[in-house]
This record gives sequence, C-alpha cells and structure tokens, in this order.
Amino acid sequence: MSVPMLAVQDLRVSYGGIQAVKGISFEVGAGETVCLIGANGAGKTSTLKALARMLPASGSVVYRGADISERPPHALIGLGLTLVPEGRGVFARLSVEENLAMGAYHRRDVADIAADLEHVYQLLPRLKERRRQLAGTLSGGEQQMLALGRALMARPQLLLLDEPSMGLAPLMVQKVFEVVHSIAEQGVSILLVEQNARLALTVSARGYVMESGLITLADRADRLLDDSRVRQAYLGGD
Amino acid sequence: MMPAPIARLFPRAQPKAAAFTGLLIAAAALAAVPFVLGMNFGNSWVRIVDFALLYVMLALGLNIVVGFAGLLDLGYIAFYAVGAYLYALLASPHFGLHLPLWVILPLGAACAALFGVLLGAPTLRLRGDYLAIVTLGFGEIIRIFLNNLNAPLNITNGPQGIANIDSMSVAGHALEKPLVLFGIALPSLYLFYYLFLALAILTMFICIRLEDSRIGRAWVAIREDEIAAKACGINTRNIKLLAFAMGASFGGVAGGLFAGFQQFVSPESFGLLESIMVLCMVVLGGMGHIPGVVLGALLLAILPEALRYAARPMQIWMFGRMLLDPEALRMLLFGGALIVVMLFRPAGLWPSAIRRREFASAEKET
Repeated sequence: MSVPMLAVQDLRVSYGGIQAVKGISFEVGAGETVCLIGANGAGKTSTLKALARMLPASGSVVYRGADISERPPHALIGLGLTLVPEGRGVFARLSVEENLAMGAYHRRDVADIAADLEHVYQLLPRLKERRRQLAGTLSGGEQQMLALGRALMARPQLLLLDEPSMGLAPLMVQKVFEVVHSIAEQGVSILLVEQNARLALTVSARGYVMESGLITLADRADRLLDDSRVRQAYLGGD
Repeated sequence: MMPAPIARLFPRAQPKAAAFTGLLIAAAALAAVPFVLGMNFGNSWVRIVDFALLYVMLALGLNIVVGFAGLLDLGYIAFYAVGAYLYALLASPHFGLHLPLWVILPLGAACAALFGVLLGAPTLRLRGDYLAIVTLGFGEIIRIFLNNLNAPLNITNGPQGIANIDSMSVAGHALEKPLVLFGIALPSLYLFYYLFLALAILTMFICIRLEDSRIGRAWVAIREDEIAAKACGINTRNIKLLAFAMGASFGGVAGGLFAGFQQFVSPESFGLLESIMVLCMVVLGGMGHIPGVVLGALLLAILPEALRYAARPMQIWMFGRMLLDPEALRMLLFGGALIVVMLFRPAGLWPSAIRRREFASAEKET
C-alpha cells in the first residue's frame, strides 16, 4: 500500500484537565475524501485544530510520510495542508479578491497565482461578481464559498474542512457540498468534519464516527449510511 | 496641442506635471505655516504646532498597533517616555554624556522597539479588553519606574526629572539658536517646526509603504481573524511582535524629539491621560486610515490650546465674568466633542473608504 496522505496515531487533546480527544487514530488516503462525524462536543473540531497545530496535542501526525507534530502552524500551508476554519474565518474588512490573495500569502509565483485566481473564479463565479465587495457583506453561504476559494489559492493537497455547513440554509448547504465534491474530483484529499452526517457521508469514501473524544465506528461511507446505530443517532432514521 | 498618437506616447506627462505643481504648492504652504502663525498670533502658536507634529508621529505609531494590527494599546505613551529619557540620559549633564541627535534618535527607536517586544511577548495570546488592561499596566509600570529609579543608584533623577538637556543640533547648527538664511532670520521655534515636519512626513511615508506591504496585509489579516491568518501561513507571533516594535519605535523617536525640544523631562509628562489622548487622536481621526489619523492628531493637539485662549474672552462676553477655569472647561468640551463625533461619525472624522462603507452597510441592516 502506498503512503497515506495523512496518518494519525493516538492523538490526544486536552483543555486543562478535560480531555477533549482521548487518543484517536485514523487515516486519509491520497485523493480520498474522509469525514469525521459526531455530535456537538465529540471532539471533532479539536481534532482538526490539533492537526493544523493550532492546539497543543500529543500523538503522532504523519503527513505524506513526514511527522508534522512539531511544525509551527504557519508552515503547514507551504506543505500543502490547508485548514478552512470553523465559522469560515473570512477577513471581513478586506474585499473578496484580497481575501483570495491572502490564501496565496506564502507563495511568490505571481503568474501562477493569477492563473489560480481565474481558476477559483471559474469554480465559484459568484465570487467573481463580488470581487470588489467587502467579505463581511457577503451572505453566510458566499462567505463559506470564499473560505473554500481562499484555501484553494494555496494549492492544497490536503484540505481540512471544519463544518462547512454550519449556519447555512439547506439550499446553500447543497451548493457548498457540490463545491466540496468538485474540489475532491480535482484530486485534492479532504478531511471533512461535519455534524450534517448524511451529506458528509454522501460526499465521502469513508467515515469515522466520534463520540466523546473517541472514534467508535469506522467504515466505508455507504455502509455507515446504512448502519442502524448511525441512522438512529445521527440521521434521524429508524 | 499634441496629435493624439504622440500624446499617447507620453500618457503620464500631464498628470505628473500636475502632481509636481501640487506638491510644490503643498510644500510652500507647509513652509509658510510658522511665518503666518508667528506673525499673526505670536510664537506661542508655533510652539503649539511643533507639539502637534510630535503628536502626529505618536498617533501614526499607535495607529500601526491599534489601527492596522487591531491590538488595543493603552500604555503607548511608555514608548514616548523611553525615547525621551534615553535622549535625556545621553545628552545632558546628568551623566555628563553629550551624544549627537543622529546617534540618539536611532538608539531611541531601537530601545523603544525592544520595549515594544517586551510588552508584546507576554501578551501574544491576549486580545481586546484583556490586552488593554495589560498594556495599561505596562504604561504605568514604566512611569512608576521613572519616578523611583533615583535610589539606590540615581538613574532617572526621580520625580524632579532631568533638566538642562542638550538642545538638538542639525548640520552643526544648534536649533535653540535662530538661524539666518538668505537674510531671513529663522527663530528657533521655526527650526524645530521644520525638523519635526520633515520627520512627521517621513513617518507618514513609512506608514503608507507599510500599509501596502506584505507585512501590512498580514497585520490586517490578524486584526480580522487570527486563526484564519495562521491558516494562511502568517507567522502571527512574529508579525504581532513586529507591530508592537514598529509602533513603539515611532513613539521612541517622537520621545527623543520631545526631550530635545523641551530640554526637560519628568515622569509626569507620561501619564495614562497622555496614552488615552493619543488613542483618541487615532480613533477620532479614523482608525487605520493614515490621513485621518494625522487630522485627528492635529485637531486634538491644537483645538484645546485654541480653547484655552478663547475661553476667557468668551465667558466675559457671555456672563460678564469668568465662571469656569479654562483647564476644567477643556476636559469637559473634549469629552463632549468625543461623544458627538462618535455619535455622528462612528468611523472617525476621516475614515478610509472601506470603514465608511462598512458603517454605512451596518446602518442599513439595522
């Protein structure tokens, strides 16, 4: 088997005395979309933040064969690992285009950046219409699109997506997931953290279910969609 | 008139010429300011404008920290104090040292920058109110140190302050003496004006260049969302420390100029009220917008002085006698002006286009 894009072993995160993530292990293969689903407070976001080195954590995080658990957070984007933070995190008082440019902050290849900007505008035409507008004046869904577009400007190999559906209208959630799907089709590996389990599982190849800091189920996405426990707990089925 | 194709070969010729004349007129107007003021209102007004230029430098420095990087600093005057005391110690009979201005100013900038990092390092994880309280404490610590560092070893001469500081000399001429140039006698206050003006313009230029640089963009990104900034590959720790250091170094230079101008420094010049005053200049003018900040600094430095002159005749004219001391009235009107500005122009007197749009759209939504 080839080297996985991301291999996590025994990851632990704690806030003071409280353990939010209690030793989890999982993998994301090259070009694979994997989701991490679970209820509020299961430790999903903490896991993602720990992977992006924004939280102190123990355990090993191997990205493309190299341990990154000692790397500073700002160095990861240069390695092709990009986080789209929870709550979108767009720069509200910068224009749409300036936001996208910030995604390429670490890059120096001006010509390629311009080409990538056009590429993002093709994928997200709405952003092109609003390129001069302040990001803070966009709707929630557009802001999520902008956050995705900004992440693409970094030419990621692995995207860490933190709840892209949060606070969006159902129709907008659909659109956001279409974009996520087309990003995945371009060969970008994706680790998706979601509360919207059904949608997350439909775009993913595999899924992990997290409950109070531990991974309790791991399987192919289609089997998880059929799993009676998952249906009962997260999909509202019988 | 040039034929169109040839004109196209020199597309920038005319605007350039226009910009050049504009610049020339502005320069002439700025050069004439002390003469106009001195002849019509007396030299004390030139002195007030000299001080206003120092405040312009201070406000521009604080604007880097508060306006660009979004880090609320209530102890900014401490860096002014560091610069001023460094000048006082290195160019006065206190230690018997008499270093020249061009040695002390860069030293003052560097020393203040170091203090900026000292303040920044322990506060990297703080934002908003919490950061404000720590910076406020920092400002007071510096002032109290200056007040008490006269024993066991007399470094700052305590509350008495340091007197008889050397005046500044530029190109071999001491600015405390008038200079005769082409038959025109330039009083000392005018010379200070030109020096401060040159440095204030330089500060402005540096600020404008910084705003458009990668560093400036990184500051703004941190102000907007620190986690997203980190995710964009910005080394937030270094960039924040840089904001503190750069802002502080401008304060340090202004402090050095203050010491050389006053020829006397004491801790009471560097109280909390001064920090708040500089912050008000930034907020009132338009946070993050360089022309606005300059306007705010000039207004808040000059208007209270104007009031001091106007209060007495106004009261006698209205009530027939003096009711209120101008000093008390000054703070009252100052507070009132702040409230009025914040009510009617919440983004500041002269905000950047972006801030104005933002406040306008916020009003539409509510």
